[in-house]
Amino acid sequence: MTVDFLIDWFAAMGDFPVIAFLLAVIISGIPIFLIMALNAIVAVYVERKVSAFMMDRIGPMGQGPGLHAGKWGLLQTAADAVKLLVKEDTVPETSDKFLFKMAPYIIFIGAFMGMAAVPFSSVLQVADFNVGVFYIIAVGSIGVIGIVMAGWASNNKWSLYGAMRSAAQIISYEIPAGLSIIVPIMMAGTMNLQLLIQSQSGTVWGILPNWIIFNNPFTFIAFFIFFISAVAETNRTPFDIPEAESELVAGWMTEYSGFRWALFFLSEYANMFVVSGLAVAGFLGGWQSPIPGMFDSAGWELFWFMGKLILLIFVMMWFRWTFPRLRVDQLMHVCWKVFIPIAMFNIFGVGIWKLIFG
Amino acid sequence: MTSAEIKAVLEHQFPAAMVENEDLTEKQVELKGNQWLEIATFIKNDPDLSFDQLECITGYDTGEDGPLQTRYNLHSMEHRHKIEVVISHNRENPNVASIEQLWRIGDWFERETYDMFGIVYEGHRDLRRILCPDDWEGWPLRKDYEGQETYHGIVVQKMKEEEGWE
Amino acid sequence: MGIVQGDQMILNIGPQHPSTHGVLRLEVRTDGEIVSEIKPHLGYLHRCFEKHSENVTYEQVIPFTDRCDYLASMNSNFGYVVAMEELMEIKVPERVDYIRIIMGELNRIASHLLALGVYGLDIGAFTPFLYMFRDRERILDMFELTCGARLLYNYMWVGGVSHDLPKDFEKICIGFLDYFEPQIKEYNNLLTYNKIFIERTADVGVIPADVAVSYGVTGPNLRGSGVKWDVRKDEPYSIYDRFEFDIPVGEGQFGTLGDCFDRYWVRMLEISQSVKILRQALKDIPDGNVHQALPKKIRPPKGSVYRRTESPRGDLGYYIVSDGTPVPYRVKMRSPAFTALSCLDEVSRGWMISDVIAILGSLDIVLGEIDR
Repeated sequence: MTVDFLIDWFAAMGDFPVIAFLLAVIISGIPIFLIMALNAIVAVYVERKVSAFMMDRIGPMGQGPGLHAGKWGLLQTAADAVKLLVKEDTVPETSDKFLFKMAPYIIFIGAFMGMAAVPFSSVLQVADFNVGVFYIIAVGSIGVIGIVMAGWASNNKWSLYGAMRSAAQIISYEIPAGLSIIVPIMMAGTMNLQLLIQSQSGTVWGILPNWIIFNNPFTFIAFFIFFISAVAETNRTPFDIPEAESELVAGWMTEYSGFRWALFFLSEYANMFVVSGLAVAGFLGGWQSPIPGMFDSAGWELFWFMGKLILLIFVMMWFRWTFPRLRVDQLMHVCWKVFIPIAMFNIFGVGIWKLIFG
Repeated sequence: MTSAEIKAVLEHQFPAAMVENEDLTEKQVELKGNQWLEIATFIKNDPDLSFDQLECITGYDTGEDGPLQTRYNLHSMEHRHKIEVVISHNRENPNVASIEQLWRIGDWFERETYDMFGIVYEGHRDLRRILCPDDWEGWPLRKDYEGQETYHGIVVQKMKEEEGWE
Repeated sequence: MGIVQGDQMILNIGPQHPSTHGVLRLEVRTDGEIVSEIKPHLGYLHRCFEKHSENVTYEQVIPFTDRCDYLASMNSNFGYVVAMEELMEIKVPERVDYIRIIMGELNRIASHLLALGVYGLDIGAFTPFLYMFRDRERILDMFELTCGARLLYNYMWVGGVSHDLPKDFEKICIGFLDYFEPQIKEYNNLLTYNKIFIERTADVGVIPADVAVSYGVTGPNLRGSGVKWDVRKDEPYSIYDRFEFDIPVGEGQFGTLGDCFDRYWVRMLEISQSVKILRQALKDIPDGNVHQALPKKIRPPKGSVYRRTESPRGDLGYYIVSDGTPVPYRVKMRSPAFTALSCLDEVSRGWMISDVIAILGSLDIVLGEIDR
């Protein structure tokens, strides 16, 4: 169900192009928002439980409704969300109030726009662009503007540190991420996410599904570079230096509270969702079944896509609760001196591989 | 070396600096304050003494009429011997040379003793109060210390003499 | 701090900050991320320990020592009672000595576990912290069993201990040690040999041995710099000379000698040594009385004593002056964390803000003891 489909559908009903366009966009925007909210609620709960089990705890628990947090703490995130919404919304006296209030929305818009191009299945995709890969990479970097705005407008030294670290980090890690995502584009010869996924049907090496990650050694390396860079782009541990709790208190989010802070939270989990979605579409065969030729009806497509995506998000959480944090210069070292050369070499290698075997 | 041998070395090198004090134990030696920096440099650098660790500086008030004292516990990592040096200061104008550049920990120990007893360490590069607030009045560990009536508008509660702590 | 010029900026770390381990304010002059000067401001937790001591009786000082180093209260008690017994020239029953050493070493393990776990937290690893807390909890349970308190024990008294060991304590303690020893390996796998952890700590914040001695840095911090000095071995008190244990020193295996990793690693090794001492003590502990016959009100003879003992943070010294009355004339505590913190400025210059947090964590300071 794409926006184009809705526009065509409205156009068939009458000749009001502007209204039809707006209606289509709003109708398709609502599910994105719902997915984002649902994603955050579920992911926060899962993160609490995953971290708890990794730390030998039990995490949020409750005995039924009422003041407790539901059975197994299932209502914990709902309670958190309510708490955040009714919290006092403070704006520091000395802050740049306009920018301070704008920043959460900009970050949110960046994450929201990315969600629009995630291909849930061969039919479930809000906007099917011919440059889908490029689009996700592009809107993904809108967030950094919001982060710098938030850090600057807070008029707080910790926030400023966090914002500057974040800007440096996100911009740097976009390069290896971008260079690695070129590999699937080269393999499939398209930037359209649906065509990219369709090109990954069948098998390779006899038994493995024909996903780009399994295609050749260079694509295999490219996937890991892309995934690690994606973790860095979403500011997750071990790359969470912009909000480094033990150093910068809360980094660029220090002065935020209540709903605005909730938007940051929502955006962080939406970003994880989007970059994992791109990794799944680009390298892991998108909605293709891992057993080629079986379980590939429309329902299974959604299942496989979400399954792979949740696996990647779980790996991100696993990282977070296992690794310590890198230092700023070490982070930059990894990016510029390790990932970028390897990623460039990968492009070269894939080109040669395609020339010889493709 | 034992304390007696260390004392003998000091007496040999600085005969004018020694002070007889019967209240002290055999591990302690009282010196005059005027030569202290010179003595300290000697006992730190002399290869036989080589007191490279300043364990502790204790401020001490001998009583409302007596002098104030600074007590230095010195220890040698190399020879594993130790000595306690006592220096008395007169109550009105307590001052002595600072040894913070010889033993770097002397910096904070002297600040602490200054904070509590008001003993001025001359030559200390940053002699400020360390534990009490900068605007605290008086020297709390002196025996004649009278607490402030109010501090920034807060009335300071006094311990009642007759009730005491028993 | 003087005039701030050019790109420099003054940053206040604390008094409320996640990584200052208490209420400490660091006034940091930075150029971007690079730190050029640190001025620690102490005293936010000053509770007038020394002034209080001059107004209460000798026994009543012991609860105050608990509150100084609240992470190793047993060792704080231990230092005070050892100094008092030296001043009064009394000998305690043998069983008391053993009980004190068992408690002191258990508390050393607990304190080191907290130090290591929190250090992981400072570096950004959350999980080891909770693993170590899980095991520390068992030690606190044993303390609760013994004296009813979990944090501030007031357990060691002059001439004895407040309660005898509970029934089956030996069995419970050995059970704990059997459970605990394999856990050390788990900590190492989880945190110590993590590449990122090593990157963050090795070569960072090097304290050369001569600087460490000059700053009066003691305990695991000094041993991390390669100086083999341990009061338990070199100036034995209580009955530490009866036990066989090693003094681990830093080796600089991943970087320079005296870096943050060495200080961390020495603590990790010391835990095993404490386990070793505990096993010996639990094997040999004799039966007997746990109180020395003393008058209700202690009146030590006139005189003074300076005695240092090995607390988990280093040389914990007590300077006690008695004038023959039941009230101390002067009690001074030489706090190991105080001296360790004093070298922070020199060690941190030229490092980044993240490293300052790493260095501060590696020094394992307790503000209650610094401010007293």
